[in-house]
Amino acid sequence: ILKGQRYIYSTRLSGDSEQHQGQYYTVPPSHFHTVFPHGLPPRYQQQVKTFNEGCVMVRQPALELISHLKRADYSKPTLRYLLYGVKGSGKTMSLCHTVHYCSTQGWLVLHIPDAHLWVKNCKELLPSSYHASRFDQPIQASNWLRNFRTTNENFLSKIKLRQRYVWTKRESTEEGQPLGELVDMGVSRVKSSSDVVGAVLKELRLQAGGTEGGFRLAVAVDGVNGLWGRTTLKKEDKSPVAPEELTLVHNLRKMINNDWCGGAVIATLSQTGSLYAPSSAYLPQELLGEEGFDSMDPFIPVPVSLYSEKEFESCYLYYLDRHWLQHPHSQTEEGKKELIFLSNRNPSVLERLCAFL
Amino acid sequence: MAASGGRTVGSFLWKCGNCCFNFNTVSSNLTRQVLSRQLCVSAVLHRKNLAAAGPEKFSEEFIKKQVEEFNIGKRHLANMMGEDPETFTQGDINRSIAYLFPSGLFDKKAKPLMKHPDEVFPKQRAVQWGADGRPFHFLFYTGKQSYYSLMHDTFTKALAVEKHQDRLRGKDLFTQDAKQISLVGSRWLLKEELEELLVETISEHDYARFIQLMERLLSLPYCSVEEDFVQRYRRQLEIQSSKQQVQPLQYDQHGVAYSTGDGKQRKTATGTVLLRDSGSGSISINGTNYVHYFPVLQDREQLMFPLHFMGVLGRFDMQCSVSGGGHSSQAGALRLAISRAMLSFLSEGQVETMRQAGLLTPDPRIKERKKPGQEGARRKFTWKKR
Repeated sequence: ILKGQRYIYSTRLSGDSEQHQGQYYTVPPSHFHTVFPHGLPPRYQQQVKTFNEGCVMVRQPALELISHLKRADYSKPTLRYLLYGVKGSGKTMSLCHTVHYCSTQGWLVLHIPDAHLWVKNCKELLPSSYHASRFDQPIQASNWLRNFRTTNENFLSKIKLRQRYVWTKRESTEEGQPLGELVDMGVSRVKSSSDVVGAVLKELRLQAGGTEGGFRLAVAVDGVNGLWGRTTLKKEDKSPVAPEELTLVHNLRKMINNDWCGGAVIATLSQTGSLYAPSSAYLPQELLGEEGFDSMDPFIPVPVSLYSEKEFESCYLYYLDRHWLQHPHSQTEEGKKELIFLSNRNPSVLERLCAFL
Repeated sequence: MAASGGRTVGSFLWKCGNCCFNFNTVSSNLTRQVLSRQLCVSAVLHRKNLAAAGPEKFSEEFIKKQVEEFNIGKRHLANMMGEDPETFTQGDINRSIAYLFPSGLFDKKAKPLMKHPDEVFPKQRAVQWGADGRPFHFLFYTGKQSYYSLMHDTFTKALAVEKHQDRLRGKDLFTQDAKQISLVGSRWLLKEELEELLVETISEHDYARFIQLMERLLSLPYCSVEEDFVQRYRRQLEIQSSKQQVQPLQYDQHGVAYSTGDGKQRKTATGTVLLRDSGSGSISINGTNYVHYFPVLQDREQLMFPLHFMGVLGRFDMQCSVSGGGHSSQAGALRLAISRAMLSFLSEGQVETMRQAGLLTPDPRIKERKKPGQEGARRKFTWKKR
């Protein structure tokens, strides 16, 4: 493989053509903060900071997803895609790749970085004002709204609300107001932010497939198996909270149901943050559970595998080029074989290995 | 017969308790020397310094009586076990005793034993002088009578060989290439062994002189005349048991070569490996991928070591099964099993390099026993000044 050919990181490469499989394409730095305020794996974020640029490898699962998205019919109910694979095989990265593609195509992206964050480690649980038996999570909701605002700035002014929302006796948002105002309100009024999230999701659902000013909606959920498992949260009387009793989860589940049209739902299974799931589980049935599987059914499964030979080659050469592999032995053939053996071509393991070489 | 049998066995038990107490106290000094692996480790090093035992504690008649009792007891034991008393060997005795008196103790020296009195009681010097106070041996007043008498004997033999040679020269029958004593596979007695033989202490200088004299005897062309004498002072080297049977390659139905590494132990973990020469480099342990089974990098490096050493990293396909121990000992056991399995694929020279690299040696380290009076194996209780 010639030096110039193995990976091209140039901005003109949009990353969605089949012949560039295995090669890297650069995400323009301006996109990083808008498209990915949240959602990238933390190690990858560190790598971006180190290398001063973000390069994503074009891989088979992402290409498959993108081709489906290109060919889908958006007047029918939404299709749901599920990325699954062993730990560290690159599901989140594929998801982010697809999200970037969608945003370049002008879609509205609803990216939930990790659904597990909403079912565990929550410091504040307020009883919901809207529905008596549910619980709110103000911090998580407001964080997410803030990131949502950064991602979809240009849409916020375009979409108008179709319904009047009353928050308290004095606060209400009228019909016809831009979505941006709703979001701002949610960010500032932390107490009602979960309900704002619910309202935003409902609005987007209603308006996604609409003919006037229609936009495509991409719902990208990472760690979707967290929505149907158990939570670690407890009520004041120490009884466990079921996921349905959380407002955010409830609204998100409604989103994932395919009763709306004009968009796509892309989801990833994740074992890493999941609760009460064995570490060897990676298949949809195991991680989603019965309930989740029934709700997600029918979906299009997209398996994410470990690096193939070509992809491994490309990753290795990328690290070499970035002078990430400092050890002289790692630049030899022997070193490469050792790396293959030790990581078994698992992307995350390889990345951790090379981190201290 | 049963009563007398019980009594003899009972008396032996008492003896074993007595002797073992003696041996245990002194053996600790010598075990430290022995732990550095010597090629020729003889039981002599475990015994105490015989000459320093002083005047004899057990008299001649006593030892003779013990020998008789031992023989009678041996016959009784053979009858008890239903075997033939004539062909009852020491190994049979050991097995019978282990069967009749099962011991849960770990220390080998604490278990009941029944051995010939010559092995049980240390060799002692008989009284060296008669009733009138005159010593029997003419070299008694040198202090090391047996050593000097041995030197004298050796020198006499050397002189005899030279005389024999002169006689042959006189008859013109002298040839240079006479039959030589074969010294291959044997070594001279160690200083400790010589001391045990002579039942007296000798210094290093004395030992060196003795060896010098024997070498001089061997340098004479016709020394084969005194072969028996010389062989008395040589010991066979233990045959290196590292001559491992390299199993031949087996071929399964697709013609792919495969070989198994049998269960290797490392600190209670056992592992078996099935190596296949298919060229994919995938490894599965107990059904799961090795990256998931050994998340720690160090364990995977241990697996990699034999293959990387031989440069055959991507060639083999492995199916391993491992149980027991912790993750580190499982990795070590698998490494041994892989090296063993690889032997059939490699040439002799490579096998030798593997052995030198220590890939084929099972790691003997196990958890050290906790001793009473201490908190752990080595850690003592906190020392309080008052």
